[in-house]
Amino acid sequence: MTDPLLIPVDRYLVDSLPSVWFGVVMFTLAMYVALDGMDFGIGMLFATRDEHDRETLLAAFGPIWDANEVWLVAFGTTLLAAFPPVYSRLLSEHYLVAIAIVMGLLVRGVAPELREQRDDRDWQRSCDRLFVFGSAITPLLLGTLVGSWVFGTDVFTLPSLLTGVALVALCVTGGASFLAAKTSGSLADEMTRYGTVSTGVYLVAVVVLLAVVSVADPANAGSVLTTLPAVTAIVASVAFGAGGITAARRGRHRLWFATSLGLSFALVGLVAVLLYPTIYPASGLAIGAVVVSPLALNVTTVLGLPVLLLVLWYFVFLYRTFAGPVDGDGYGS
Amino acid sequence: MQFGWTITVHILFAALSIGLAPFIIYFTWKDVRHDEPAYTRLREFWIKVFAVGFVMGTVTGIPMSFQFGTNFPVFSEVSGELIGGPLAFEAKMAFFLEAVFLGVLLFGRERVSDRTYVLSSVLTGVGAWLSGFWILVVNAWMQTPRGFELVERNGMEVAQLTDPVAAFLTPRLPWMYVHMMNASVISVTLVVAGISAYFVWRKRDSKAWNTALRMAIVLLLITAPLQAIHGDAYGRHVADTQEQKFAAMEAHYDTGQADLHLIAIPTSLDAMTDPRTDNLYTISLPAVGSFLASGGDFSAEVVGLHEYDDNPPVALVFWSFRLMVGLGFLFIGLALWGGNLLRKGAVADRTRYLQAMMLASPLGYVALLTGWYVTEIGRQPWVVQDVLKTSDAVSQSLTAAEATGTLVAFVLLYIALLTAFGYVLKWLIASELERMGVRDPDEAGRPQLPWVSDDD
Repeated sequence: MTDPLLIPVDRYLVDSLPSVWFGVVMFTLAMYVALDGMDFGIGMLFATRDEHDRETLLAAFGPIWDANEVWLVAFGTTLLAAFPPVYSRLLSEHYLVAIAIVMGLLVRGVAPELREQRDDRDWQRSCDRLFVFGSAITPLLLGTLVGSWVFGTDVFTLPSLLTGVALVALCVTGGASFLAAKTSGSLADEMTRYGTVSTGVYLVAVVVLLAVVSVADPANAGSVLTTLPAVTAIVASVAFGAGGITAARRGRHRLWFATSLGLSFALVGLVAVLLYPTIYPASGLAIGAVVVSPLALNVTTVLGLPVLLLVLWYFVFLYRTFAGPVDGDGYGS
Repeated sequence: MQFGWTITVHILFAALSIGLAPFIIYFTWKDVRHDEPAYTRLREFWIKVFAVGFVMGTVTGIPMSFQFGTNFPVFSEVSGELIGGPLAFEAKMAFFLEAVFLGVLLFGRERVSDRTYVLSSVLTGVGAWLSGFWILVVNAWMQTPRGFELVERNGMEVAQLTDPVAAFLTPRLPWMYVHMMNASVISVTLVVAGISAYFVWRKRDSKAWNTALRMAIVLLLITAPLQAIHGDAYGRHVADTQEQKFAAMEAHYDTGQADLHLIAIPTSLDAMTDPRTDNLYTISLPAVGSFLASGGDFSAEVVGLHEYDDNPPVALVFWSFRLMVGLGFLFIGLALWGGNLLRKGAVADRTRYLQAMMLASPLGYVALLTGWYVTEIGRQPWVVQDVLKTSDAVSQSLTAAEATGTLVAFVLLYIALLTAFGYVLKWLIASELERMGVRDPDEAGRPQLPWVSDDD
C-alpha cells in the first residue's frame, strides 16, 4: 500500500531505515560536537588572551558560531522526529542539566554580541567573563548529560563526569587548532601549546573513562568495549590525537584542525557503538521499540535527508567564504 | 507557565526576523544596485538590529525546542510522530539557511560578489519565512489535528501518522500562516516607522530616514487593511473548527444566538476578571456574533461556554482579543493618515504624525502577543485540540521546586535579555544620530522612544 506521495505506508523504505536514522542522529551530534565544540574552545581560550588577541578571536568566531549551534537543534529535532520517547525521556529525566545547558548556551551566545555593542571597559569585562563561563560550563554539562545517557546512570556519576571533562578538553583542542590555522606568529604558537596539552588531557580522560567503564560495567558497556567497532573508534581516537600533536608541532595547522574534527567524530562514534542497538540504556529501550511508524520515518527520510546534504553544502560555502587568515579587524578582503 | 514565558519572548524575536526580512532584502538590493549612501546606511543599521535579534531568537528558541522534552515529555511522546518531522524540517530547511547566510550578510560584504551578497539577504529572509512555516505547521496541527490515528505503543496511547499531507497541511495552516506572517510584518513595520519617524524628527531632511519612513507607510497601507479583512474570515474559521475558543473570545456562555460586543467597558473589577454580558457596559450588535460565525446567518446557534466542564481563562482571551482587534483598527487609521500625508508630500513636516508613529512603534508587538494569547490560551484546556489535555502533557517527574526554580531563572534571564536588547537599540540609535550630525544627543527634553525611555 502506498499513499499519494508514493511513499510506502506499512513498511520502511529499506529494512534498516531505523538504524540509518540512528546513524543520522549520531551524525548531527558529531557535527555539533566538532563545530560548536570548536566555538566553546575559542570561548575558553579567550580567557588566556589580551585585549588585542580577543578581538582576533571574536573575529574568527563571529560569522560561524550561530550556524554551528544550529547542529544542536538539528540533533534534538532529528531525535524527536525519529525516536520521540528517547527525546522526551532524555530531556525530562535530566531536567536540571538540560535546562542548565540551554542557559549556558544562551549566555555564551549573547555575551560576545553585547560586548561589541559598547566601547566601555567594565562592560566588556563583564561580557567576557560571561562568555568564558558559558563556553566552559556548557560542554562540561553536555558531556555529563551524554555520559549519563550512554551509561544509563544518574547525572553526576564518575563515568558521566569523566565524559564531561573529556568533552571540555576536546573542545579546547578544536578551538586551539582552528585558531592556529587562522592566525600566525605568537598567537598560533601559543595555541599549539594549549592544544597539545588539551589533546593529552583528552586522551588520558578517555582512557580513564574506559577503564572505569570496563570495571564498573554500567549498562553492559564494559563488554562492548572489546568488540571490533569499539576498538576501531578507540584506535582512531589515539591516532587522531597523536597525529594532531605531530601536525601541530610541525606547524601544519590545517591538518591539525582536520584531526581535531576526526577526534570528535571518533568520540561520537564510540558513543554510537556503546549505545547500539539500544538507544536508551536507562530503560533498556532498543531502536526498534521507540522508532516512529514506517510512514512517518519514510516521510522524514524523503523530505529530510536530501536537505541534510544541502546543509552540508551551505557549510562548505560558509567556511570557504570565510577561509583564510583573520586578525583583529576581522576577515580581510 | 515557563513555556508560555519563553515563547512570549521568543516570538518577539522570531517576528522581528520575519518582519525585518523584506526591509533587509530591499535595502540590500537597492544598496548594491544603485550604490546609494542612503541605502548603505539603512542596510547597515537594520542588519545590525536583525543580527542582534537573530542571536536573541536563536538563544531563546533553543530552550523552547528542548522544553518540549524537559517539560512536556508526554506531549513529545504522544505527538512526536506528528510534530517531530516538521520541527526537524524547520531546523534543516530553514534555521540552517538563515544562520549560514546571515553570517555572510553580516561579515561577508567584502568577501563575496554583489550578486551573492544580495542572494544571501534573500536566502536569510527565505529562511526566516520558511522557519515560520514549519513552526506553524506544528501549531496549526495542535489547533486542528488531522491525518493521524491513536494507537497503543509502549503502554501509551500515541498519535500515529496516517496521512502526511493532511497532517502537515491542516485546515488551520493557511489562515494562521497569512495572519502570523502579516502580523510580523506589521509589527516590524511599526517599529521601523517609529524609529524612522524619530530620526526624521531630529533631522527633517535626512534622505535615508525619510525613505525608510515612506516605505514603512506604504507597507502599512497594504498590510494593515489586509490583516483586518483576513482576520475577519479567520474568525469565522475558528468558529467552525474550535467552538469553545470562539465562545471564549466573545465571552459567550449560553448556547444560542450570539451578540457581537463592539466595544466593551468593564463596570467593575469583577467584570474585568470575569467578563459576561450582564456585567459589561457594551455597545453590542445583537446577533452579529452569530452572523460572523456562520458567515451570514443572524440566528445561527453559537455554542456557549456552559456546554463545557473545563474552560480556558475567559477573561484573558476575551480582553486579549479585544485589544488585538482594537489595535488593528488603530493601525489602519495610522496607515491612512500616513498615506494622506504621503500624497501631499508632507510626512516630514507633520510633527504630530511623527510623534504618533513613535508612540505606536511597540503597539504592533502588543497586538501580535495578544493575538498569540488568544490562539494558545483560547485552546486550553487542550494542548492538542480534543486529543491531549495540557495537564496530561506535562512531566510527571518534574517537582514543583524544580519547575518554580527554573521558571524564576528563565524570567530573570529573559528580562535581562530584553533589557539588553533595548539598550542595544538605544546605542544603535544614538550612534546613528551622531553619524547624522545631530548634535548633543543628551540634550534635555530630548524626545524618547517609548520602549527605551524607561531603561535610562
